[in-house]
Amino acid sequence: MEVREELKYTKTHEWVRDLGDGVYEIGITDFAQSELGDIVFINLPAADDEVTAEETLGDIESVKAVSDIYSPVSGVVCEINEEVVDAPEAINNTPYEAWLIRVKDVTDTVELLDAAQYQEVCEHE
Amino acid sequence: MEKKTALYRMHEALGGKIVPFAGYLLPVQYPKGIIHEHKTVRENVGMFDVSHMGEFTLKGRDALANLNYLLTNSYDTLKDGFARYGIMCYPDGTTVDDLLVYKKHDEDYLIVVNASNCEKDYAWMKEHLFGEVEFKNISDEVSQIALQGPKAEEIVRRFTDRIPAKNYSFIEDVDIKGINVLLSRTGYTGEDGFELYCRNEDVCALWQLLLDEGVEPCGLGARDTLRLEAAMPLYGHELSDRIKPTESNLSFFIKFTKDFIGKEELEKELTRKRIGLKVIDKGIAREHCPVFCNGREVGFVTSGTFSPTLNCAVAMAIVDIDAAEENEFEIEVRNRRLKAEKVALPFYKRNK
Repeated sequence: MEVREELKYTKTHEWVRDLGDGVYEIGITDFAQSELGDIVFINLPAADDEVTAEETLGDIESVKAVSDIYSPVSGVVCEINEEVVDAPEAINNTPYEAWLIRVKDVTDTVELLDAAQYQEVCEHE
Repeated sequence: MEKKTALYRMHEALGGKIVPFAGYLLPVQYPKGIIHEHKTVRENVGMFDVSHMGEFTLKGRDALANLNYLLTNSYDTLKDGFARYGIMCYPDGTTVDDLLVYKKHDEDYLIVVNASNCEKDYAWMKEHLFGEVEFKNISDEVSQIALQGPKAEEIVRRFTDRIPAKNYSFIEDVDIKGINVLLSRTGYTGEDGFELYCRNEDVCALWQLLLDEGVEPCGLGARDTLRLEAAMPLYGHELSDRIKPTESNLSFFIKFTKDFIGKEELEKELTRKRIGLKVIDKGIAREHCPVFCNGREVGFVTSGTFSPTLNCAVAMAIVDIDAAEENEFEIEVRNRRLKAEKVALPFYKRNK
């Protein structure tokens, strides 16, 4: 299982990349994609929608099960990764490149973990 | 505490993702994933550990009469060396279990039941048996591998010439590299294939022989997507103690020319039936999701998944009989209504 040093993580298995200027990119982790198995659909908010830290921002559907994606931040969605919406298997193949949404005007975040802390969370699951 | 099949260590060694299922710890998938395993079985050949299934023996002069009374199907015309599907009903017509009966000869049958129902079935049958019969639960002594896919015969031929030629036929005491196997041309995937029954102590060696021939191991996830595409019923979904086999369109396996438990109720007019749905909107409808037609709730999804062959979400549902004639439906999934259209079952049928 891969955990990247430069990213921050949530206990609910999302990753966050700080793009600067108050914009954050959000995806789901390698651990999460591996637990879900083959991902076939993803439901995301639209651009300009507001997302709220700790609340669901969408869901992700694998052959096995559906699970919620929780927003690590509060802010306004500025971009959706349409490529991933059209070909969600990208999340299985390259979870840290296959970002889901970008959020701007971030006012709040959940408690974010660094790579070592997140690694520990995974080991206890 | 869940039981482990004799193949448990093989599943772990192969990286199987282990989950509890029907009282057993079994792999839901191996590292390559459900879609890969599914396509492997459709296009090539794969194998499943189905040792959790229950096996009973029924012997004696009145064995046949008991089968005919306990099960909806008729076994009068079943020939030696053949197997036949059947359903066991309660007096109210709902379902105890669905199963497979293997006829060795007139007074010797093997019955294969669902793992989740094994104890219940055994008790039910024991309670209703009559006459001169000997009935035993041999589930803990028997292991089973399902070898499924268009290349299954080619694999088996590498080990033996004693191949059951016809669908639903079987041969006992087939020697596969010194392992005694009951080789049956049956399965639960909609493909050609075999089910190999052997003793627990031999199953790891048999599994290894098949692995060495390049057969890919597959888990419960692919088993479910494969049987669902083929519209095969699964107990707890299309059949249950609240669902009659007639409501799941299984009347072909009910013979009203004889007497059997549940007959009177099954003869009554149907109020609902099983249909196939293809989900148009994005999302997967899964079991229990309510189904709507013209704004009215008309039934529920019994099984639903993503179909790797059709590359879309499909579902089976039981709906009110009048709604079953309609073509457009909606399925409520996590507070959203997904559009769905009726399609003929099965979703997938192999070219023979």
